[in-house]
Amino acid sequence: MPKTLFDRIWEKHVVHEDPGEPALLYVDLHLIHEVTTPQAFDGLRLAGRRVRRPDLTLGTMDHNVPTTDGPIHDPLARAQLDALRANCAEYGVPLYATGSGREGIVHVIGPELGVTQPGMTIVCGDSHTSTHGAFGALAFGVGTSEVEHVLATQCLPRPRPKTMRILYSGELPFGVTPKDVILGTIGRIGVDGGVGHVLEYAGEAIRALSMEGRMTICNMSIEAGARAGMVAPDETTFAYLENRPAAPRGAEWERALERWGELRTDDDAVFDREVEIDVAELEPQVTWGTNPGMVAPVGGVVPDPADVADENERAALERALSYMALEPGTPLVDIPLDRVFIGSCTNSRIEDLRAAAAVVAGRRVHPRVRAMVVPGSAAVKLQAEEEGLDHVFERAGFEWRRAGCSMCIGMNPDVLGEGERCASTTNRNFEGRQGRGGRTHLVSPPMAAAAAIAGRFVDVREWAEVPA
Amino acid sequence: MKAFHALTAAAAVLDRPDIDTDQMVPKQFLKRIERTGYGEFLFHDWKKDPAFELNRPEYARARILLAGPNFGCGSSREHAAWALEDYGFEVIVAPSFGDIFFTNAVQIGLVPIALPAPELRRLIESVVGGGELTVDLEAQTIADSAGGVVSFEMDAFVRHSLLNGLDPIARTLQHEADIAAFEARFPSPVATTSL
Repeated sequence: MPKTLFDRIWEKHVVHEDPGEPALLYVDLHLIHEVTTPQAFDGLRLAGRRVRRPDLTLGTMDHNVPTTDGPIHDPLARAQLDALRANCAEYGVPLYATGSGREGIVHVIGPELGVTQPGMTIVCGDSHTSTHGAFGALAFGVGTSEVEHVLATQCLPRPRPKTMRILYSGELPFGVTPKDVILGTIGRIGVDGGVGHVLEYAGEAIRALSMEGRMTICNMSIEAGARAGMVAPDETTFAYLENRPAAPRGAEWERALERWGELRTDDDAVFDREVEIDVAELEPQVTWGTNPGMVAPVGGVVPDPADVADENERAALERALSYMALEPGTPLVDIPLDRVFIGSCTNSRIEDLRAAAAVVAGRRVHPRVRAMVVPGSAAVKLQAEEEGLDHVFERAGFEWRRAGCSMCIGMNPDVLGEGERCASTTNRNFEGRQGRGGRTHLVSPPMAAAAAIAGRFVDVREWAEVPA
Repeated sequence: MKAFHALTAAAAVLDRPDIDTDQMVPKQFLKRIERTGYGEFLFHDWKKDPAFELNRPEYARARILLAGPNFGCGSSREHAAWALEDYGFEVIVAPSFGDIFFTNAVQIGLVPIALPAPELRRLIESVVGGGELTVDLEAQTIADSAGGVVSFEMDAFVRHSLLNGLDPIARTLQHEADIAAFEARFPSPVATTSL
């Protein structure tokens, strides 16, 4: 029977299955961080259980670490980081703490260390775990009870999800990035369009993307409600992984390549749902509302609730515009900005920073705007500095910070003030996401960079010197 | 986790689509390392608005929440389910749920019931201004106080788990031999301890 990429990985990881019950799936890699683990370790301790496989578990500090030098002033954040350090020490779990040189956003460090590999099952107490699917892994976010479950058993019971393929044809136009591809996709299928499904992103436009671009797309699978998102591995994947610290070497590498080469969807495999999108028709995207599906091309306008027939949808739209303080019919390029944030597990990798720096080079941040770049990991920061990107950003008036989740979730001191409006390369424009009363517009790194310079949204395609 | 069979209680209506878990528990409360006490943070920012639905006096004792589609989308924070439970809710009825929220709710015995929008509409109309509902998980029905009854579907295993208050970790540990055999057969590709 023809199989999908998902089928192949799923079937390889079923430890046990009874009819009418969820399959018991083995977890190859469990990534942990400070926010969603303290109660899981407490539960483990209370039950007198051990961490079954500390050697398949890896911790880092990312969500609430400050991005400036110096001590942590927030006592709650400090206590949570201390708890992670103590728990990892007690149970023998390797931890890349702040200052180790390997710390960073959990979904950035997994791939860059090479612990994220094709064919694996990967979980983490974080919904953006879907990022790792870019390598042809089945990766999904779980809550704290299931973090405890995986710590104790290295397994999770899971009902088999449905499958959905999104087939991207065409070539990305100049100035249109993977972020615009996924925002455009969510705009089309909706924030619940993927519920119950594992997505496979496929087609020539995906094959042409770098690993960074594929990670950006898989990262936001959860914003379409999907359980996971994945891309079949290919030469681009293998080239990215070769010589990474955890990548196999020598004869092991050759055997891995053979195994990974089999991870694909058969031509005649059947998905529960298929969607086709021509990326040549996409434009740079800007969200105008309070979820990632509330999005429009940069040349568009803020929609009018009066055009919406359904009463509940209209009420939701009115609430969103009220929170965002936007008037129907306003051109998106007329929206003035106070803040710009470049970072997050969606868009903080070296390629994102290069694309933003290319826009910024030789220009100045608008006097009204406070702009910030937060690299995704200590390694990304180091590489960017070796390439001189930090100077490009700082000369233009950006703040250049240390690695972490930072203002994507606002658990550290980096937050929006009440009423502040931000162009952000992050993944969620929910109410209060970046700070209570803050207003978030999701965009790509080049669009955020251009917005920082102009003080409002601009169509980055009009800035001819910007590389695609 | 505790078992759930049936409940007769007041129901609150929060008929908004796509309520994300960031609204249920804003990020600043995720820094706590405790498992309990999240009820006071439930819908923290929305509750500052006097017109917010859950501020209505008739909903003060509600233990059933009727909500819009895609309830619990977004972040994986189980704190959202903890907060709903700690606030006093035992059952959430919505046309659909975010997948991670649904799983988290079941883990702690908070009962998530997916009910098609037209049936949910009837329930909402029956409790406007404060009315009781009876949720019967054995019979898979929800009855209003005027005698109207709707049936709901639920995955048989999820229902079994909720009815019996099963401990998922203990269940998995019953398969220790299978897990060990799997590990012997398929050595893991990566060892994080030898990086």
